[in-house]
Amino acid sequence: MKRERRRFLALGAGVLTGSSCKAPLQNSESGAHMRAYGDRSPHETTVRVIRELTKSPGTGSSRTPHADLFGTITPSALHFERHHSGVPAIDPAKHELLIHGLLDKPSVFTMTDIKAFPSFSRIYFLECGGNSIGDQSGNTQPDVQRSHGLLSCTEWTGVPLKTVLRDLGVKPEAKWMIAEGADAGRMARSIPIEKVLDDALLVYGQNGEALRPEQGYPLRLLLPGWEGNANVKWLHRLEFAADPAMSAKETGYYTELGKDGKAQIFTFVMEARSVITRPSGGHTITPGFHEITGLAWTGRGRITRVEVSTDGGKTWTDAALQEPVLPLAVARFRMPWEWDGTPAVLQSRCTDETGYLQPTHEEIIEVRGHFSGYHYNAIKPWRVAADGKVTHV
Amino acid sequence: MFRALLLCAVAFAQPKGRPAKPAEIEARGITVFADGRGLPSGKGRASEGAPIFKSKCAECHNDKGEGREGQYPPIAGGIGSLTSTKPLKTVGSYWPYATTVFDYIRRAMPFDHPRSLTTNEVYAVTAFVLHLNGIVGIDEEMNEKTLPKVAMPNRDGFVPDKRPDIRSKR
Ligand code: HEC
Repeated sequence: MKRERRRFLALGAGVLTGSSCKAPLQNSESGAHMRAYGDRSPHETTVRVIRELTKSPGTGSSRTPHADLFGTITPSALHFERHHSGVPAIDPAKHELLIHGLLDKPSVFTMTDIKAFPSFSRIYFLECGGNSIGDQSGNTQPDVQRSHGLLSCTEWTGVPLKTVLRDLGVKPEAKWMIAEGADAGRMARSIPIEKVLDDALLVYGQNGEALRPEQGYPLRLLLPGWEGNANVKWLHRLEFAADPAMSAKETGYYTELGKDGKAQIFTFVMEARSVITRPSGGHTITPGFHEITGLAWTGRGRITRVEVSTDGGKTWTDAALQEPVLPLAVARFRMPWEWDGTPAVLQSRCTDETGYLQPTHEEIIEVRGHFSGYHYNAIKPWRVAADGKVTHV
Repeated sequence: MFRALLLCAVAFAQPKGRPAKPAEIEARGITVFADGRGLPSGKGRASEGAPIFKSKCAECHNDKGEGREGQYPPIAGGIGSLTSTKPLKTVGSYWPYATTVFDYIRRAMPFDHPRSLTTNEVYAVTAFVLHLNGIVGIDEEMNEKTLPKVAMPNRDGFVPDKRPDIRSKR
């Protein structure tokens, strides 16, 4: 206490001395103090854009500013959000996970119990099933943050769900697991048992520290490669059942209405897609050298190839993929480009290890119509005008 | 030496939680399935739900459940619109099961005071929301037996995942 005070006085004296000089030769060259919890430079201002969908708080989304980011990992503070009834404030000491239904030993786990399991970390992308919904319906967004910002990529830490379930005796009749959050609306989704016993995780860590509240603190479900909404946040209950719950968010929402009026239900996998993040909508470029860069990802494993076109899809060149290319994570691609100052249309397309090639907007509309909304994964063209302004097509 | 062995044994035992008590499963397990499993015993009619809706729901969803544009979702209307150029997805036009309407209202509504209604109030207001959609009569009783039998207009409107449905070529 005393020492702190003395330091303060000393600083004050320094300022006084400085201001008593007529013209200081230069600013002090000694740096700032350490900080207990770091923050970025005050010169860095990129933020998530927030869009509420109703007047009730916490029913919309905030989007990752991909045009301003590097590499493959999304900083936790910029991970996208999509909630249906806000972010609850949860005391981890009181949080419990109830596991019940068709199993021999219904159990309750505290956070201490869950963290007692050997921990497991993996880098996975997470994408909202409704990312780019506007691009499909004709409400095209002006920049990559608004059109593709419901995608992020994180190193998650937790425990494989199958490990936690090992001694609980899940019955063979259990074909579904209903996962429920402790948010105000108790959001619930039904997950097929195959995924639960494959690579589903109970997650408490995000990029090396605890989950952020808006990512489900203290515990969330993580289903690698599957639509964001099914990755239930603030997880507090898992119920094993013979049938799905047919919950509001798996019937009324996150189902894909086709041209024939029928909707596909339980469409979990996010199919392969890519997007150029720089240069992209909202940028202005000058003739000369540019690195075209962006992200590619697939819910079916690894990205094997990304091609870039600068002439609206007439010709394509392979982009370089940043190593390592991890399964179910975003891949960063890069391609050098000399812009000669004439109008251009930039776009990327990716291929994944199943051989699936990212489709065009027209191909998607022809098969699915304009209103399926979810899981839209078309090639995204950006137009570069003669004056260097980059806009969406 | 003995101590080290003991530590090893402890380190390799599967961690576990505690057994869940039947009463806490009962209290926390709120899933209502499409066949009606999980519905609590209770009852209510649209005529009883109308005043509840007026005081606890209409502020947001509007008097006839038409919602407020850009502010709150509609919970009525749109039946027959799904193949049009302006499909309107609501509880009435799109949701396949009446049990889901009950389940969702019970867990999540009213938005700002979720889980504040009694079981009979949830049955009554669910009946009223279905009535606003022309699906149940004003005096039809909704209870754990009748609700799962309500025929929703879009009951057969769902098909399994067809993807990969688009095969793009280089
Ligand atoms: C304070 C405003 C508010 C009040 C009061 C309210 N709701 Fe809601 N309701 C909402 C919002 C916001 C949503 C959408 C939530 C989301 O984004 O998932 C919603 C969604 C719904 C839905 C699902 C519709 C859909 O397609 O998403 C139903 C059904 C519903 N409410 C019924 C009710 C009933 C019945 C009451 C009264 C008991 C009620 N609500 C009171 C704001 C409100």
